[in-house]
Amino acid sequence: MARGQIGTNVVEAKGLGLTFATNDGDVVALSDVDLDIAAGEFVSFIGPSGCGKTTLLRVIADLERPTTGSITINGMSPEEARKSRAYGYVFQAPALFPWRTIERNVALPLEIMGYPEAERRARIARTLELVNLAGFERKFPWQLSGGMQQRASIARALAFDADLLLMDEPFGALDEIVRDHLNSELLKLFARTKKTIAFVTHSIPEAVYLSTKIVVMSPRPGRVTDVIHSTLPAERPLEIRETPEFLAIAHRVRQGLHAGHSYEETV
Amino acid sequence: MSDIRESKAFAVATVLAVLLVVWYLASILLNLQPQLDTYARTAAPVPPLPQLLADLWSQAKPILPAPHQIVGEMWNATIGQDIASKRSLLQAAGITLAGTVLGFIIGTVLGLLLAVYIVHNEAANRSLMPWIIASQTIPILAIAPMLVVGFNAIGLTGILPKALISTYLSFFPVVVGMVKGFRSPDQMQLDLMRSYSASRGTVFWRLRLPASMPFLFASMKVGVAIALIGALVAELTYTSGGGLGVRLLTGSYNGQTVVMWAVLVIAAVLAAILVASVGLAERLVLRNMGAQPA
Repeated sequence: MARGQIGTNVVEAKGLGLTFATNDGDVVALSDVDLDIAAGEFVSFIGPSGCGKTTLLRVIADLERPTTGSITINGMSPEEARKSRAYGYVFQAPALFPWRTIERNVALPLEIMGYPEAERRARIARTLELVNLAGFERKFPWQLSGGMQQRASIARALAFDADLLLMDEPFGALDEIVRDHLNSELLKLFARTKKTIAFVTHSIPEAVYLSTKIVVMSPRPGRVTDVIHSTLPAERPLEIRETPEFLAIAHRVRQGLHAGHSYEETV
Repeated sequence: MSDIRESKAFAVATVLAVLLVVWYLASILLNLQPQLDTYARTAAPVPPLPQLLADLWSQAKPILPAPHQIVGEMWNATIGQDIASKRSLLQAAGITLAGTVLGFIIGTVLGLLLAVYIVHNEAANRSLMPWIIASQTIPILAIAPMLVVGFNAIGLTGILPKALISTYLSFFPVVVGMVKGFRSPDQMQLDLMRSYSASRGTVFWRLRLPASMPFLFASMKVGVAIALIGALVAELTYTSGGGLGVRLLTGSYNGQTVVMWAVLVIAAVLAAILVASVGLAERLVLRNMGAQPA
């Protein structure tokens, strides 16, 4: 399997389009999207609501089917990729099962995928360590704060061998202090695990801080307006957000968002 | 620290006391005219108040028996009676309980199976649900005798026909509750399972079933109470098997209001015990499922 080879594309999309048929007529969620995500990249999708960034992530995850264009994940169709468990998905909310303890929540994909008991235990310990939740194995979700719950859901997505991590506004519901903390944790995790990450956000600082590549999108119809390759170093302390280099990238993202938005006043 | 007037026991006792007072007053009002008629018939003078009250509250067949008469009858027919005797209300309660529990178990299993089928099959969802709802619009009093006679004709006798009437009533809240319970997982949880390529069976056992547990117990509480009604109604038709329903029927034939009230109170206590048992099972199960203490 060529998965994870440096330089190969994990995700390749060409002319991707998705139209939802609704009672009020068709809604074009995605229109003519070309996208490559190389192995080891951290790609953020940023844009206002309705720009199709979540839809794009769901197409990669085979949770939605595109109506036009082509897309491959590790050279496979999204459905084949999903069936070969090629990705872990982190949702906007933790979506933990309230009747399972934290360790059993992390165990869920491992149970479904048939990992043996000893292997499960080792992986649970390792991933909970990775997200700084060691010691909380026996707690139920309601006993943890929102930030800790979301970390548990990240551990769950990391527990099995998927090289691609899809994250849909995972920190959107958290306050800024927790969010800053989790962002730097996520960067460390990215460095340690060498995963490929696709990350949906509507926060410019978050996108710039985390990404090696930023995909700026705009709504009606959902499309890509700019792709920015980050010039920031791999090592990123939180203070990097005050450097001119950081602000320059943030400025370009903001301009991309404005350009996509300008016609909206007439709608 | 806590004031006795804040306690639950105090609240219950207060309601009970008010109820008793109202009951005694009502029993005076309702039984007065027949008592006066009796005096007139026997040409006896109306006695002074203490004797009048004593007479009112010790009639053999009062319109509304006083609470102590009901308690006395319950005592005589349970503790004061050999349990093997046909006159024992404990024996009758045992017979009714057996029918109720058997019918409730069959009803719960049937309800669960139907709910599983309905949730997993769109055709079943559209075709079965209207019939299930229609089944409950038929008065049980009308259909129970026909079913019992029908079962008898095909050789089904004993506890089973009675249990099946309980089943007929108790499967309904389980179907309705569990269809809702199995559909209670949110889209995100379902998407999560889809991202693992989980099979329908896996989604059912690991997500739908555990998520539906609160719904199951709520449904079972309703189901067990109406299962008891079903058994009582079945006994009104199927009298050779005995049970509380039979005692109710013979009591009403003979105008033994005290017996009827005693049977009703015992049936109510039975229902309370059954619902409380389901509640206990609920607490045990949900605690093991990490439920947040209320």
